[in-house]
Amino acid sequence: MSERGVSASEPHSPRTDQNVSDQTVSAHDVHPAVVSRHARVRRATRASWIGLGVAVVLVLVAPIAPYVVDRGIQGSLVTLFSLIVMATMWNLLAGYGGMLSIGQQAYIGIGAYALVYFADTLGLDPFMAVPLAVVVAGVLAYPISFLAFRLSGGYFAIGTWVIAIVIMMIVQQVPAFGGGIGQTFSAFSELTPGRRIAYVYWLSLAGVVLAVLVTYLIMRSRLGLGFTAIRDDAVAAGSLGVRVTRSKRFVFVVAAMGCGLAGAMITANTLRVQPDSIFSVNYSVFMIFIVVIGGLGSIEGPILGAIVFFALQQWLSDLGSWYLLILGVIAILITLLLPRGLWGLISGDGRIRLFPVGYLLSTDKGTPAGSQETFVPSVASSRDSAGM
Amino acid sequence: MQWVNAIIQGILLGGLYALLAAGLSLMFGVMRIVNLAHGALAILAAYLGLVIVQATGVSPFLALLAVVPIMAAVGYLLQWGVFNRALSMGGLSPLLAAFGLAVVVTRLLQLRFSADLQSLQVGSLSVASITITDQISIGVLPLITFVVGVVVILGLQVFLSKAPLGRAMRAASDDPQTVPLMGIDNRRVYALATAIALATVGVAGMFLGMRGNFNPTYGDAMLIFAFEAVIIGGLGSLWGTLAGGMVLGIAQTVGAQVNPAYGILIGNLVFLAILAFRPTGLMPKAVTT
Repeated sequence: MSERGVSASEPHSPRTDQNVSDQTVSAHDVHPAVVSRHARVRRATRASWIGLGVAVVLVLVAPIAPYVVDRGIQGSLVTLFSLIVMATMWNLLAGYGGMLSIGQQAYIGIGAYALVYFADTLGLDPFMAVPLAVVVAGVLAYPISFLAFRLSGGYFAIGTWVIAIVIMMIVQQVPAFGGGIGQTFSAFSELTPGRRIAYVYWLSLAGVVLAVLVTYLIMRSRLGLGFTAIRDDAVAAGSLGVRVTRSKRFVFVVAAMGCGLAGAMITANTLRVQPDSIFSVNYSVFMIFIVVIGGLGSIEGPILGAIVFFALQQWLSDLGSWYLLILGVIAILITLLLPRGLWGLISGDGRIRLFPVGYLLSTDKGTPAGSQETFVPSVASSRDSAGM
Repeated sequence: MQWVNAIIQGILLGGLYALLAAGLSLMFGVMRIVNLAHGALAILAAYLGLVIVQATGVSPFLALLAVVPIMAAVGYLLQWGVFNRALSMGGLSPLLAAFGLAVVVTRLLQLRFSADLQSLQVGSLSVASITITDQISIGVLPLITFVVGVVVILGLQVFLSKAPLGRAMRAASDDPQTVPLMGIDNRRVYALATAIALATVGVAGMFLGMRGNFNPTYGDAMLIFAFEAVIIGGLGSLWGTLAGGMVLGIAQTVGAQVNPAYGILIGNLVFLAILAFRPTGLMPKAVTT
């Protein structure tokens, strides 16, 4: 993909743009005309309804954890939740938006510092400060995107990294933020430790549910179909009326907000911000490995990947440096041999999906079972429907 | 006079960055791979040199004769075993594989050599300098590094425009579908391109180790400086990369002259300014693929 190709694919007029994208993304308009009279398009399978049920039960049960398990486990769960949020956002960016960033730690750091600023310096309620921190990450990401979008592909990746380093270096120079030493987060200091960790746990639970839900809703929307098309072929998507740059910018800002949320969660859990660690590129390493191992381009993949990563982290923590080395080797092998990750193994041909974002085409009315049913995975759905 | 000195040192430092960037530029030019493991591999070369120097007691310059072919072989195998496959899978696969490789190489070096700072000892050469005036003196080693950087870039330029293999590389870059019809195996051309790229990385890593300290994590900064040199200079132009390296080097040394803590930051800010106001770089090549 040449860089010129991407920029040349901008739609020419808003009018044709609108017309074409109607055809492109609306399943109701296109599919009945394309396939036979007996076909129908569904967006969920039995497995996805079961999966949704399990997910809802988990989310409804999860809030009782502070009454059931000790503080250490709650703290670990907060870490896991922050990993899921980061990975989900990285997947939104790379798996759906096609943008491989090594600089998402910029927004983790911004979210963390903004939380400390709003809650400690300005004295706002911490539960108000978290959404504000998320907004700050998004507001800063918007102008940054204009700079980052000058680059594409691998150069975009390193460019985002440089931007993250510059933000860290600037924060290190600001005495009000504690310079290179950082700050402690003390808004929760009057609470008992048990109450504090319970609050942080509930906050993080709400955060992770919100992050996954937002990603799911985006990917099911017309916008999401456009992103899928961009990921598959940005030039073709542009020629079909997907507003490539604008869609990418939207995803970039949303992913920054999600990482800002993760940064706020991490800070509320660790009670400390320090530039070198909160802006560490290791967060990007984690995100990338989680998504690659779990499965790029699916909503389930990053969640599964985060759980696997977290388990490995606990299990291999004694091994020190070996642990990222082993993960790196696994990530390379999965990239080369299993590009859809562990979730790709589980979901097989894509039939099993907890968060169905694609389209299901049943060719025979009333008998959706077996080989009669063709799943049009989200990977292909945009092209298939647009091409007809 | 301090400033003139800072600028001269910056130009010489730029030679090292251009040397580092040449391989990154070549791999992108031929295969469209941005080798995120570039910096880690440069540090690997420096450690390779260190091991050879410590084992045999030879000068680092002599060790170059071993490091360069070893790195070339590593490049060939890497392209054959990892990148060719990743390229055939398309999408983000080459980048993800390169990223994984960067982490793996860095961690391996950390396990083997710890995070202690190392350097390649070149004896009296490390302090030798040519005095111009009282305040301006040119270090001999930085000057050698600069000259080597220019020679490597000149050599690559001539190779790509004149040599049959260089032409094959440009052809494989321009039209990877047609080249096999001419009886050329893309995969072999790619493997040779990566071998050449990593040979230059070997040279860069060795001079990096001779000019200053390094530890396994320095690969990150090396990747970033090489990348900034490429973008400042303009994609697709090796002479631009040399100019970009010098601009970055000058920004860093002049920035460090203002405040020692600002050197890298000023370099990064100059890069971002170029990106914002002149995104095609200083010496954009009219036609590149």
